Amino acid sequence: MTVTQTTTHHVVRVMRFDRVQRAAHWANAALFGALMFTAIPLYFGSFFGVVLPRHLIEQIHLWCGLALPIPIIVSLLGPWGRGMRRDVRRVNAWTRQEIRWLQTRGRSPLEADKFNPGQKLNAIFIGAVILIMLVTGSMLQWFRFFSVSLRQGATFVHDAFAFAIFAVVIGHITMAITHRDALRSIFKGWVSEQWAAVHASRWLKETRDGDGSPDAR
Amino acid sequence: MLRTTSVDLVSAQEPTKRVPVGRRVFLGVTGLAALGVAFGGSIQNFLGNAFGSGLGGLLPGGDRFRIYSITGEYPKIKDSDYRLKVSGLVHHPKTFTLDDLKAMPVTSFTKTFQCVTGWRVPDVAWEGVLLSDIMDAVGIRDEAVALTFESYDRSDTESLTIDQARLSDVIVAYRMLGAPVTTEHGGPVRLYVAPMFGYKSLKWLSAIRVVDRVQPGFWEQNGYPVNGWLDGTTGPTNPDPSLT
Repeated sequence: MTVTQTTTHHVVRVMRFDRVQRAAHWANAALFGALMFTAIPLYFGSFFGVVLPRHLIEQIHLWCGLALPIPIIVSLLGPWGRGMRRDVRRVNAWTRQEIRWLQTRGRSPLEADKFNPGQKLNAIFIGAVILIMLVTGSMLQWFRFFSVSLRQGATFVHDAFAFAIFAVVIGHITMAITHRDALRSIFKGWVSEQWAAVHASRWLKETRDGDGSPDAR
Repeated sequence: MLRTTSVDLVSAQEPTKRVPVGRRVFLGVTGLAALGVAFGGSIQNFLGNAFGSGLGGLLPGGDRFRIYSITGEYPKIKDSDYRLKVSGLVHHPKTFTLDDLKAMPVTSFTKTFQCVTGWRVPDVAWEGVLLSDIMDAVGIRDEAVALTFESYDRSDTESLTIDQARLSDVIVAYRMLGAPVTTEHGGPVRLYVAPMFGYKSLKWLSAIRVVDRVQPGFWEQNGYPVNGWLDGTTGPTNPDPSLT
């Protein structure tokens, strides 16, 4: 990875994320950030009023929550969503080798796809929690339509997954800032060929062979 | 590694057999969440009853107060400045200081605080004066039907019928969770109506007016039942004596 930074002029660039994907990622990240930031004072009432009045925090949390699925949906639909749709298929489809790699926590051999199994799990988790938090959050907002028992269950799930989201997002950011080459690709779109050869070798082969995986453009 | 002999273009692109793990994990996680919504309340109640609120308080989402305020601010009231004005259809209108309230017979019990939006905190220790004792201290007139409560922030109001206010677990509370009621919980003095949802337990209690009809309070004007019994029924009397 250091090679790519010191010999920038000779780096062969491989496109990893197109503009639509990067925009979707950052819009999604901004919404997650706003939701997590406002979740803290809403959960720990004693922080209330330190930064913003509570009703304002509630409104920010509500509207960001309702907007949460928009970046994913908009980026997937329409002619601009080819890269997104292709990557969703990649995240969904696992080889036996990938499953084994996850089961052995990385000790079995892996010819990595564009995303390694951990990255794929992260994406699946984020997709699932967007749906879960939207549904349970809506149940808490419009609670009158639900029995007290369901309200309590929705509160339980919303809070439990909120804790999981904090853990996963902190893990995601930690991995990102300790893997600079991969991190660059979510800003500028490309990774070096050297990085891809090590961390996404199967994907690199596919893009080189041009066998229906036209990620490099 | 390409299976070039295959006529199927899709499988020709796949070096090995693929398993739709993404779909399965997605459905598994969302299914787990659905089960949590359906049964999370019962699980939480079971854990709370089995291990007490101590453990529940450590679990994510369990047994934790969510602090609500209509105005978005907390009225900050010094103990020495606190006054509870009781007026209306009474023989002896009176304004109580905090010391006046503390000099009255003490009622204490441990009860669950249940919010209408779904969260609950079991085993909360409450201490204060029976509303019934306050009514006796001022002497309510025969034509009195209900009480109207007002809060220091001038935004929240509440109502109880005289019969409801006479229940043995309806108090004007000055201690909660083993300490003076904090500002965010409605201190120094709040109402606690144990058999009803939390919105009936008005915070920062400033005045009680004895009136000749039920005047729906702030939350009732915004769609909540006037009689907020915990089992969700809306009648004037508590249908379930075990709740009191």
